[in-house]
Amino acid sequence: MRNIYQSFSYIPHFLSIVVVCGFIVMFTTTDTGLFNKILMTFGLPQQQFLSDPSWFRTVYVSSGVWQGAGWSSIIYFSSLSAISHSLYEAADIDGANRFQKIRYISLPGMAPTIITIMLLNMGNLFAVGFEKVFLLYSPITYVTSDVLSTYVYRSGFMNQEYSFASAVGFFNSIIRLILLVLFNYLAKKVVHESLW
Amino acid sequence: MRSKPFKIDFFIILLNGIFILLSITFLYPIYFQFIASFSNPAKVAATPFLIFPVDPGIGVYRLLLNYAIVWIGYRNSLIYLVLSLIFSVSTTLMGAFALSRRRLAGRKIVLFFIIMTMFINGGMIPTFLVVKSLGLYNKIWALVFPGMIGVWNLLISRTYIASNIPDELYEAAIIDGSGEVRFFTQILLPLSKALIAVLILYYGSSRWNAFFDALIYLRDRNLYPLQLILREILIQDRIAMEMGGDIGSSEFFWKEGIKYGVTVVSIAPLLMLFPFVQRYFVKGVMIGSLKE
Repeated sequence: MRNIYQSFSYIPHFLSIVVVCGFIVMFTTTDTGLFNKILMTFGLPQQQFLSDPSWFRTVYVSSGVWQGAGWSSIIYFSSLSAISHSLYEAADIDGANRFQKIRYISLPGMAPTIITIMLLNMGNLFAVGFEKVFLLYSPITYVTSDVLSTYVYRSGFMNQEYSFASAVGFFNSIIRLILLVLFNYLAKKVVHESLW
Repeated sequence: MRSKPFKIDFFIILLNGIFILLSITFLYPIYFQFIASFSNPAKVAATPFLIFPVDPGIGVYRLLLNYAIVWIGYRNSLIYLVLSLIFSVSTTLMGAFALSRRRLAGRKIVLFFIIMTMFINGGMIPTFLVVKSLGLYNKIWALVFPGMIGVWNLLISRTYIASNIPDELYEAAIIDGSGEVRFFTQILLPLSKALIAVLILYYGSSRWNAFFDALIYLRDRNLYPLQLILREILIQDRIAMEMGGDIGSSEFFWKEGIKYGVTVVSIAPLLMLFPFVQRYFVKGVMIGSLKE
């Protein structure tokens, strides 16, 4: 069964971002969207998920988890499989329960992978996905939805302010680099795992 | 073999239950598109939780067949996919082969610069200006050449080749008088079938779904890939009802129906291929790892 569950979990990864945003728009429309229909049947007020700035982050993050969790977990799964079984057997003999095994064997065993992937994703902190934000945002939600990359897009392509946009983009890159070096250093100091 | 007494492991039941719920969450949106596209869109809007098609019919698809721009987009996406696969996979393999040879002069520096691009790059605007000045603006090649080689794919290819094509093999081929090209085409490629499959999967799925490059580099609507057309329909709600036909007063709902249909049409190829190629995905993640 594990294989089937795993396959189901990473199907969303292969959908294009446009299709996923299409789902979001479809499910969050007032009156006819699935989410609002569910809210209505429970008597709760409908929410304007895409027009209300306070909902944007939730929508963005949860759809990101929906799409990415299955695929990203493949790497962690491989890393988990690499932990030798004799460790678990030894723990069984010593009478460890499930949660103790997780805490003392699984998590430390996966730590190098977790740290590496986290460091590699540090670069994405500021490069926060242009595409999904671009598809879902609107002037009403600029307050919470506008990110550096969409701002660069607007000022560069819409308003033709090439030099200003380039400067913002370059500034963005420098910050990413500094963050990466910083987190790599911290990781080396704290958990002795790093990218270089 | 000692026989264990039969235990009801509650944890396993709980775990299975959680996974069934999760699977429904992952699959329902896709399932919804399918059944909604085979239903009467007006009824879909009224039904709280759609499980089976309501008022089944293929009206949506009949409308869709007349909606030309969708099929133009489909064709364009296919062209871009094939072109970029040809170029991307071949150049990645060649680059990985070159970078895996220890004798390559300046190997470390070249690798350093390539990896640097993962962490820092010029940005959206400078890249755009460079591509434009190369004369690729509003041309098909703007979707093939920029980003032709993904650093991650290059690195895993390099590791794969370094682990699986030993230097001794290369030297033996040289002694027997083969050149670099011959070694590459007749020895390396047949041995790297798994790698090629993984590269095709990775590049293929990212190119098929890409829309940002098309967004900034293409002006001519007839060059738009499917994703851009999808964006118009699904996100911007710009559905040109120039198809005529017997839609009647429920035009609004048939517009929604188009959305379901077009989504199904765009994800159908993927879902049909998925069962056959899915076993390569998990393997593919580890393909760049060193052989112990």
